[in-house]
Amino acid sequence: MNSPTVSRTILASILLFFFILSAQATIAVFKFDDPDKEARFKQFSEELRCLVCQNQSLADSNAELAMDLRNELYKMIQNDATDDEIVSFMVDRYGDFVLYKPPVKPTTWILWFGPFILTAIGLIILLRMIRNTGKQSNAKLSAEEQKRLDDLLKNEKEDSRL
Amino acid sequence: MARFLIPLALFIALAIFLGIGLTRDPKLVPSPLIDKPSPAFELSRLYEPEQKFSEKEFLGKVSIFNVWASWCAACRQEHPFLMTLAKENAVTIYGLNYKDTREDAKRWLMQYGGNPYKAIAYDDTGRAGMDWGVYGVPETFLIDKKGIVRYKHVGPLHPQVWQEQILPFIQKLRAE
Repeated sequence: MNSPTVSRTILASILLFFFILSAQATIAVFKFDDPDKEARFKQFSEELRCLVCQNQSLADSNAELAMDLRNELYKMIQNDATDDEIVSFMVDRYGDFVLYKPPVKPTTWILWFGPFILTAIGLIILLRMIRNTGKQSNAKLSAEEQKRLDDLLKNEKEDSRL
Repeated sequence: MARFLIPLALFIALAIFLGIGLTRDPKLVPSPLIDKPSPAFELSRLYEPEQKFSEKEFLGKVSIFNVWASWCAACRQEHPFLMTLAKENAVTIYGLNYKDTREDAKRWLMQYGGNPYKAIAYDDTGRAGMDWGVYGVPETFLIDKKGIVRYKHVGPLHPQVWQEQILPFIQKLRAE
């Protein structure tokens, strides 16, 4: 092994070590006696979005607000809050934005049904195009075209007789 | 003709929608508090720890409620403008000192030109801030005479947003 590879391997292991360390630090803070509660905590912290770093869930984010919200979530789950209570706690404060899965309501109809409508429109257009191509190949000839075709065929027969 | 115009029209419509999407700031999350009564809270005051500050403070006048902290860099940028508003007596300004220590908060105000707030609620744990849906300091809420939240501005207040959005809104609320 040459030296750049060695140093790269060392660097990678150091980075990996810190990564594992930080990942554990996030989880270890919350202790549950009941595995069901732990599962709920995990599920909710992955389904709720951190508002500070918007593409991370509460579970992933190291932002201070995410930490506070994880604490709040922990308390609620320990106190046997229902799913609705937890979701409305978050939505009342931060809006539907915190939910990775937004509720179905008039303002989110486009979001929920738009893709299906677009697919349906696409399918209709596709079907019509297929049907039209089929029609064109079987299309009937106009009287003039038919006459020309007959003439050509007749000439062909006469030619072959010669 | 329609064969070419329809895809062209679809393309233009898509370009317009995507263009609008580009101009919007994804950091601005609409607040669910708008047009709702301000969340109930009771905190001690920054300068008078023995006195309480609750949402009842907002009743009877139009006011702004500004969330700030000594550790927040953007608050420093906003502070001179809040001082100007306070000097001009433009509106009653209340503060929510968010996740800070009393010493740091007071020192910060001394250091950066004074105290523009009529009263400051001291929220060291950030629990009241959570009820207000605070996610990025500074944030400013506009509250009407009945204590209802009417508008929220995320980020530092600046003269442009004041002139164009907040001041006209305050005048409207005062007339209500």
